[in-house]
Amino acid sequence: MYRVRRVGMLAAVGVVSALLIVGCGGGSGGSQGGGGGGDSVKIVSDLPLQGANRAQTTTMNNAIELALKERKGKAGDVTVELEKKDDATAQAGQWDPSKCAENAQQAAQDDSVVGWIGPFNSGCAATEIPTLNEAGLGMISPANTYIGLTKKGGEPDEPDKYYPTGKRNYARVIVADDKQGAAGAQLLQQEGAKSVYILDDKQTYGKGLADQFEKAAKNSGIQVLGREGIDGKASNYRSLMSKISQSNPDAIYFGGIIENNAAQIIKDKVGAGMSNEDVLFVGPDGIFVDSLIDQAGKDAEGIYVTFGGLPESELSAKGQAFVKKYRSTYDDDIQPYTAYAYEAANVMLDAVEKASKKAGGVPDREAVVKEIFATKDYNGVLGKWSFDKDGDTTLTKLSIQKVENGKFKFQRTVDVADLVQ
Amino acid sequence: MTTGEPTKSRSGVLLDSVRSSSWQSRIAVALIAALLILLLVQAAQEPGEFASQLVIGITNGAIIALIALGYTLVYGIIELINFAHGDNFMLGSFVGLTVLSGTFFGIGLFAPINGESSAFLKVIGIGIALVVAMAACGLINMGIERVAYKPLRNSPRLAVLITAIGMSFILQNVGLVWKGPTQVPFPELISNANVFNESVVAFRWRDLFVIVVTVPLLAGLSYFIRSTKQGKAMRAVAQDKEAASMMGINVNRTISITFLLGGILAGASGVMFGLFNGITVFSVGFTQGLYAFTAAVLGGIGNLTGAVVGGFLIGIIGSMSDQYIGVRWTAIVIFAVLILVLVFRPRGLLGDRSAVQGGGE
Repeated sequence: MYRVRRVGMLAAVGVVSALLIVGCGGGSGGSQGGGGGGDSVKIVSDLPLQGANRAQTTTMNNAIELALKERKGKAGDVTVELEKKDDATAQAGQWDPSKCAENAQQAAQDDSVVGWIGPFNSGCAATEIPTLNEAGLGMISPANTYIGLTKKGGEPDEPDKYYPTGKRNYARVIVADDKQGAAGAQLLQQEGAKSVYILDDKQTYGKGLADQFEKAAKNSGIQVLGREGIDGKASNYRSLMSKISQSNPDAIYFGGIIENNAAQIIKDKVGAGMSNEDVLFVGPDGIFVDSLIDQAGKDAEGIYVTFGGLPESELSAKGQAFVKKYRSTYDDDIQPYTAYAYEAANVMLDAVEKASKKAGGVPDREAVVKEIFATKDYNGVLGKWSFDKDGDTTLTKLSIQKVENGKFKFQRTVDVADLVQ
Repeated sequence: MTTGEPTKSRSGVLLDSVRSSSWQSRIAVALIAALLILLLVQAAQEPGEFASQLVIGITNGAIIALIALGYTLVYGIIELINFAHGDNFMLGSFVGLTVLSGTFFGIGLFAPINGESSAFLKVIGIGIALVVAMAACGLINMGIERVAYKPLRNSPRLAVLITAIGMSFILQNVGLVWKGPTQVPFPELISNANVFNESVVAFRWRDLFVIVVTVPLLAGLSYFIRSTKQGKAMRAVAQDKEAASMMGINVNRTISITFLLGGILAGASGVMFGLFNGITVFSVGFTQGLYAFTAAVLGGIGNLTGAVVGGFLIGIIGSMSDQYIGVRWTAIVIFAVLILVLVFRPRGLLGDRSAVQGGGE
């Protein structure tokens, strides 16, 4: 009897924990269901819906939904279904490589999927692109900025290692990090900083961006005092900041994402006596989300953030129309990448529409990829732009933000067209 | 388990142990000595830098030490590595945060205590947060023992170990559901300013706070185990459970109290961690727990003094490595030192005599 009870108790504990784990993983992969008929296709959005960037990614999904709603759920005569995938796990608190791989595998095997919007993190893209490349699925990312995904400048074997078939299938609507790095260096020059200490979070995106920034800073004569890769799970960075303060930098640059403890870095920087007025703090688009200010509190006041695009207030007339529409449809605040997700969705839906018209029905993946890369002089919310042969946008305008009174405030645009190359 | 050392002189013992030591351990000693000398050279060159890092190491180490004590207390008495302990620490920081927010289960009892509150309110708030977190974590730890470990007390040790890992996951998920997967900010209640004006060494009010909380806790624990009846009972149970129960000691109750003590320390360090760093997250129990467990092993698991020494050592090694070697190497340096020490002294720095036997003296 005792043994039975014991087994029962163990089983109960097991069930409870299993439920908890399932409960936390829930909300992922929720396909919209329904649809049906031969004239229906799916597009997938793949974003990290858990973690500090959630505030951003939920608005991105809203924007994609809005784009689809405006077309009454159709691209031409074909009904389009949106499948929202989540590439983050609660355990990781951010994107998770194995989840990214799993999502890509699922989409590759699902014949009704003809397009992929996402991912958000460049490291995730590095896992997904090869799988989806073999499946021939067209991808448009609203947010990946790591340079090596599309062109040379990252690791030596990039970008070819991501495209095993040799044919490109990945494009992005955001400006890549060679330009963002240059914008960061230009910002330091304009603010009169002569030396900088560089930190990165050791991920594909963060390290790649810090490399680009380091190159640009050296080119513009800014002295690089040191470079460190931080542990995103460390309890604090006081030793590091104490060390940095001894070298008296004019600025600290952080290449990384908010999930890797960006707020703690800022707190410890200020705590070590380096106020944001005396020692500039410059971060990239990876920490450009309102949760950063919630987490870092008053220590976030005065930090700078570069963004490979424009905030909603600087968008074109078409962009303003989108902002207005979004605000009237959804309650949550627009985040920097919301408009980019909207643009990516529209480009994708246009490509599906054109391909389906040519095919006279449901288009195949190859035709959609062809139409994506044929996007030229696209007149969208971001302005007028085209994809080049690598799948990169021809836009060159970036923006600088500064935290003032607990809000990101747009400072100025930077045109890096003549800064790079 | 040796009581009563041979009556040789101390230097004789040392000579003997050098003679009988293996080559590996001699190399290990040489390496550690070389590292220490390098460190001292650096310290002599830039005393201000060195002292600042030392303070940072000590405060980081104090938090680790308090968690490590929980591992070592439990190991000393039932020889179980309580993996759920780190996550209990995380819950402690969450409890503290909830108390300071003044809102419980959606019911606002009082205005949140934050940076703008008066100094009096802040002190009261921190005091209450500490006490509530300590009580909550103590009870949680006791509850875990009752539900998950006690029924398995006579089963193979691996079964309990796996249960402990399972409990760790459950607590982590409770934290996840409670505060979500993102970092949550703590109110800034303690000043970041230096205690001594115009001093080269950075010694902030926060560092002082950590020391002011840690020292009485350590002293209290030491007094409890050495001088109270219940402490005596703990030492007896650690030595021999059966004999202790024959002497009329309630073994179950004693084990429960050990878990309670461990939980209390975890709760205190959880609140301290939050106030000190300003941010906490559901996964913090895993990282901090890992370092605390390492500290317990470094000092000799089951040995109370060892856990404290191990905690401070890990804190100091971490900050020194950040300063002189590089942040990306810190984890490697810490575990390399652990391996070196274990090669030289497989039972940890101070030996793994059961904590509650008054070990480590």
